[in-house]
Amino acid sequence: MSRARALRRPDRRKRVLVTPEGLSLPLTIASRGARASALMLDLIIMGVIQIAVTLALLGIVIGLFGEGQSAAMEFLGVVWIIAMFLFRYGYFLYFELGPRGATPGKRLTGIRVAARDGGRLSVNAVIARNLLRDIEIFLPLIFLMSSAGQGGAANWASFAWLAIFLLFPFFNRDAMRAGDLIAGTWVVEVPRRKLEQAMSLGEAARGRSVATGAQYRFGEAELSVYGEYELQTLERVLRENNPEALVAVATAICNKIGWSAGSGDERAFLEAFYAQLRARLERDMRFGKRKADKFS
Amino acid sequence: MKPITALFRSKPIEELPDIEAAALRSDRFRLEREQDWKRLEAILKRMESGRLRKVPDEDLLELPALYRTAASSLAIARETSLDAATLAYLESLVQRAWFQVYGPRSSLIGWLRRFFGGGWSASVRELWLEICIALAVMVAGTIVGWVLSARDEAWYYALVPTDFADSRVPGASREVLDKSLSGVEKIDGLSFFSAFLFSNNAKVAILAFALGFAFGIPSLMLLMQNLATLGAMLWLFSQAGLTLDFAAWLSIHGTTELFAILLAGAAGLHIGRSMAFPGNRTVVAAAAESGQRAAQVMAGVVLMLVVAALLESFARQLVTDTGMRLAIGGTMLALWLAYFFAFRRSPGDIGE
Repeated sequence: MSRARALRRPDRRKRVLVTPEGLSLPLTIASRGARASALMLDLIIMGVIQIAVTLALLGIVIGLFGEGQSAAMEFLGVVWIIAMFLFRYGYFLYFELGPRGATPGKRLTGIRVAARDGGRLSVNAVIARNLLRDIEIFLPLIFLMSSAGQGGAANWASFAWLAIFLLFPFFNRDAMRAGDLIAGTWVVEVPRRKLEQAMSLGEAARGRSVATGAQYRFGEAELSVYGEYELQTLERVLRENNPEALVAVATAICNKIGWSAGSGDERAFLEAFYAQLRARLERDMRFGKRKADKFS
Repeated sequence: MKPITALFRSKPIEELPDIEAAALRSDRFRLEREQDWKRLEAILKRMESGRLRKVPDEDLLELPALYRTAASSLAIARETSLDAATLAYLESLVQRAWFQVYGPRSSLIGWLRRFFGGGWSASVRELWLEICIALAVMVAGTIVGWVLSARDEAWYYALVPTDFADSRVPGASREVLDKSLSGVEKIDGLSFFSAFLFSNNAKVAILAFALGFAFGIPSLMLLMQNLATLGAMLWLFSQAGLTLDFAAWLSIHGTTELFAILLAGAAGLHIGRSMAFPGNRTVVAAAAESGQRAAQVMAGVVLMLVVAALLESFARQLVTDTGMRLAIGGTMLALWLAYFFAFRRSPGDIGE
């Protein structure tokens, strides 16, 4: 049973953020893997756009070629340089300042940028975190491409220096990169949950099985066996509604509370047990008495 | 069969559930409030997809109230309900709403207004110590470049990049050097030149800033190296008796460009200094505070480099008179100094 306890141990990536209303909100720091894949996606998107723009401008240049329109050519050259500069520095800025606080790559991996102190994500913070991207990503990449095979002490030294920035997220608990540190930001997961059905709406929740007409009433002794953890496990089983799991859980509960397991009406039995166990635990909760699991 | 347009229409919120049907008190609590939650979720969805204009005004006005409702629902549910799915839903809902309510509100226009209306110059003034240090380093770099080249011409080649030093090499005649300072007659190619200069200089400035992260030392080295190049060239032209002409040639854009690079180096140094000496704050808090201030300075540096590139490619090539060049360069410097140090507003006006 120590495994069950270990599973419930607070996740290392969980943080608590206190809103100005004094409400504590749980946040999950984005995993380094999610961030790396978000970056890859963004770089691919940027690369595709840059190549497309370059090709389009080249196409125009070829179309104009030989007609002596040097002014137009020059204008296109200016457009190209400005466009490349904007893609390199503007892409991340534009998207992270938007209402989602995330670039397309981050959105696809379900993460976003947030201010570390729980305050507002300011424009300055987004600028700061993206200016450092230069030495964190672009510089090491260019360096690797230009002088990969050369060796030499100076090369290795500069590579080690760049690697510090590249590997910075691995050296702190919050997986911040150097830009996050400077800007006072971090990257967190954006949970998306649907509102599930309420559990106690059916007839079975009142203890009566629609199929068999049987009444399920559980006594104090039977309900005091389990705690909140077991209740929420049961909730998950009921929501997933997998027939085999329902049978297995119903049997396990019957063995535990000393009932003889009937068959064919497991769902109604479990719904009744769930509703009554939850009613009992919630009543105790209102009196300030909580039972975390069956061991407590 | 449903018409195809029904697929694209947003789903209407379902009928009110039968609250009394719920056996549990905590479920009744939830059913009483879930209409508000769903309404909030629908508003959030539209805001997150960036279609702020499509959100009706009354919804926007109600957003804070709905957010507080959801937040208080969550606070109560945590104490009274054991429905894990509902709790998880509420947590994610409140978190999403929190990001929108307290999200980056400042529009670009609003930010620009604050930025030009005092935010930028205030940040620059707060960096005064770093600016002094960076200035000292730049002056020292120039002197070092000069002295080294004067002692041994080999240093000149080491300091000035070769593609730079086409005709401008030690021992070149006065005429050759003078010619390299003159402008061009036609204006073809100048806008391309200016875009290239801007892109290149901006990258150098951003690098100078970003390197400040390592306690500022690489930023200073970068400043030193660039200014040593300048010092070496200054020496070369002074040999030919063209000091003033060279200064004029340089100053027309150089006052803006060097000022921008000075600010970039100072901004980098500012981060490095606040991390090395955070005072009463934690290192992380100090880095965040100085980083945001430095970022504001850097946004201005990029703008200054746009101005510098325009001056360098157009004004320098078209204005050839030494006096005029000096006048333009001096005016620009005076304008920047006045804007940064004479233009003050009370902190209350700046906001943020």
